[in-house]
Amino acid sequence: MSTDRIKEIEVKIAPEKEITVTEEQANHIQETRRILKKFGRKRGNLISILQMVQGRLGYLPREVMLEIAEFLGIPGIDVYSVVTFYNQFRLNPPGKHSVRVCLGTACHMKGGYITLDAWKRRLGIDRGETTPDREFDLDTVACVGCCTMAPVTVVDDKPQGQVEPTKVDGILLSFELEKEKEGEQNQ
Amino acid sequence: MKAVELSTVASTFQEIKNRAESGWQELWHSGKPVILVGTGTCGRAAGALDVLQAIRDEIGRQNLDCHLVEVGCMGHCYAEPIVIIAKPGYPPIAYGHVNPVIAERLIKDFILGDNPCLEFVLGALEKNELVPSFSEFPRAKYEKKVILKNCGYIDPEQIDHYIANGGYQAVAKVLEMSPEEVIDEVKKSGLRGMGGAGFPTGQKWEICRHARGRPKYVVCNGDEGDPGAFMDRTILESDPHSVLEGMVIAAYAVGARRGYIYVRAEYPLAVHRVRVALRQARELKLLGKNILGSDFSFDIELFQGSGAFVCGEETALIASLEGKPGIPYHRPPYPAVNGLYGKPTLINNVKTLAYLRSIIENGAGWFTGLGTEGRGGTAVFALAGKIVNTGLAEVPMGTTLRQLIFDVGSGIPDAKRFKAVQIGGPSGGCLPESALDLPIDFDSLRDAGAMMGSGGMVVLDEDDCMVEIARYFLEFTQRESCGLCTFCRLGTKQMLEALDEITKGKGKIEDIDMLTELAEDISAGSLCSLGKTAPNPVLSTLRYFRDEYEAHIKEGRCPALMCQELIAYYIIPERCERSCDACVGTCTVEAISTNKKRIKVIDQEKCVKCGTCLKACPPQYNAVVRLSPPDQVPASE
Repeated sequence: MSTDRIKEIEVKIAPEKEITVTEEQANHIQETRRILKKFGRKRGNLISILQMVQGRLGYLPREVMLEIAEFLGIPGIDVYSVVTFYNQFRLNPPGKHSVRVCLGTACHMKGGYITLDAWKRRLGIDRGETTPDREFDLDTVACVGCCTMAPVTVVDDKPQGQVEPTKVDGILLSFELEKEKEGEQNQ
Repeated sequence: MKAVELSTVASTFQEIKNRAESGWQELWHSGKPVILVGTGTCGRAAGALDVLQAIRDEIGRQNLDCHLVEVGCMGHCYAEPIVIIAKPGYPPIAYGHVNPVIAERLIKDFILGDNPCLEFVLGALEKNELVPSFSEFPRAKYEKKVILKNCGYIDPEQIDHYIANGGYQAVAKVLEMSPEEVIDEVKKSGLRGMGGAGFPTGQKWEICRHARGRPKYVVCNGDEGDPGAFMDRTILESDPHSVLEGMVIAAYAVGARRGYIYVRAEYPLAVHRVRVALRQARELKLLGKNILGSDFSFDIELFQGSGAFVCGEETALIASLEGKPGIPYHRPPYPAVNGLYGKPTLINNVKTLAYLRSIIENGAGWFTGLGTEGRGGTAVFALAGKIVNTGLAEVPMGTTLRQLIFDVGSGIPDAKRFKAVQIGGPSGGCLPESALDLPIDFDSLRDAGAMMGSGGMVVLDEDDCMVEIARYFLEFTQRESCGLCTFCRLGTKQMLEALDEITKGKGKIEDIDMLTELAEDISAGSLCSLGKTAPNPVLSTLRYFRDEYEAHIKEGRCPALMCQELIAYYIIPERCERSCDACVGTCTVEAISTNKKRIKVIDQEKCVKCGTCLKACPPQYNAVVRLSPPDQVPASE
């Protein structure tokens, strides 16, 4: 990380105390406060807190990181540094469906990179991004330990084995059909 | 006073054990059929939950009286989902590749009828006249299960299953020994850290026991980050109590009252099962205040990692537990003296801890007797990649790689040729055919340029490019480098850039020397083993497969036909069966068209080289081929 970027973040993350918040941000803060009640004000709890908040909100927006920093009595930059260090935490909102392409050794050698290409092509986004309609977010994972089912893609927390480009299309089609069905029911 | 306390431990445990055993007897000898479904992560990925639901539905429909038990993974991952049925009058039989339809048939035909459906059988759990048993498989000759013994046979969410199979007996025994005696026994067993480094466990314990500073901590390192390794996951999912028991023994020996079990967030099922196990162990007073009525207290907290490979490094793991970014710090002082919050901290790997109960139960002599030629104990390997029997195998130390790959793993599928085996993940190396007769142990592998690592083993065949695999590992370590040491942060990046160029056919011959030079510098200039071992995959492939590097650089050719920039897909017109449209239909980018003669042609501009057409082309035509370098495709195309 370059020094320029660190400076820029420091400015962003330590704003004046009274900031106007949108309704969404206010909700985020409310949720976070509710979760913080379960924890002691100990630095060692930071990662567990972040995991639980992300589990609820799907990501960790700025106002939430500041809230947690204040709770633990540490600078906002310390929270930010932990959030950006670990692969699990995300700074942008997730899609409705999460797609995690496994790039462990076995998956890679059996064509995981080809599967990733197929997902990128079909969803029109790169790894770490969310589709504009917030339906899908795409990312990679180092290894989910299902090496025997390679290449694996974890779709909505469910590991699926032997996901090759044709199966990518199949999975997307099944989501489409599901959506159509829901649409019909709503009518 | 002491005598009274001893009997309390023994009698409290006996009571727990009696209850567990009667439950176990009830399960197996009540005259009802028992159905075990393997629902580890590997089973789930293959559809085990659908199978479980199908069985549950069928039992409901038929109004059957039987026991349905969820178990972990027995290591035969290639045959998942696996269902084991024990019907009175028959040996317990394991069925492989079960789907909901087969599951329904098994219930109807075998449990209701008397047809054991031999066509789906994988093997029987005991010797019998009817079906071959696992003990008669060729691999049984080499396998010796110690820490995988319970995996796939007991319900990991039922502590009683574990206790009925000898679980927590070692805790009861240890509480009647002195901590020094426990350490002595572990030292005599010669157990070494199974996380990869192979440091003698007993010695580590002794250092921690004698370290000043209170409180002391015991930490279980379950941050199995090596891509291609999944034995820690399997043990945590299939037999979590064996790890907890190991932690209690370790805590008693070093004098700790508090422990952490650090599990990767990528393993949600392991996290869940450990959480359940902790709760159950506390309920039975096997954890918490005054364990089994003794004056020894110890409790464990579950901590989820957040996806950082470097946290497998013990000092980084400690930083992570303290709520900081997982950046390693200098050793010594070692964590055993100065660890979590500056206090003495014993860190052991999942497998190391899982061995302890057996060592305490059976004695150090039994453990050293397991290996061959002075190498004690067993080792667990995760077999993956191009191998027939993917899954887990536990073999005595000193077994050769050839026995492991060809006898236990049944060799390479699709009649392909063995090329190399990658051992030890990003820190390890690739060993060629000539190294296959090496007996497996910590030192022999290191001398050959690989590493025992955590035991991940990915088998590679003739279709795998060795430059690409080196590039892959470097990309991994480069991304996971925490950035503390300059050589690791920038050196791996530079190596990766060079390898990227080589796999694209833009490499220069001087790059090979530069890679070797950089590799040495990175090893010397990095603080933790992530950096120290990061160049290993490159060094070992250069050592054994230099010709492949040269083919990429000099000829722009990938001998294994893997590097995408250096290959092209081509349909041989003479072989193309004109009336078949398999490739056209499966092409994901509509790059294949039919020409006037009804022969299929690939548009090289549109082709994304995903290889779907090659798989789709029926084997009797075999018309799709890969060519390297790509300019071998005839110009008329």
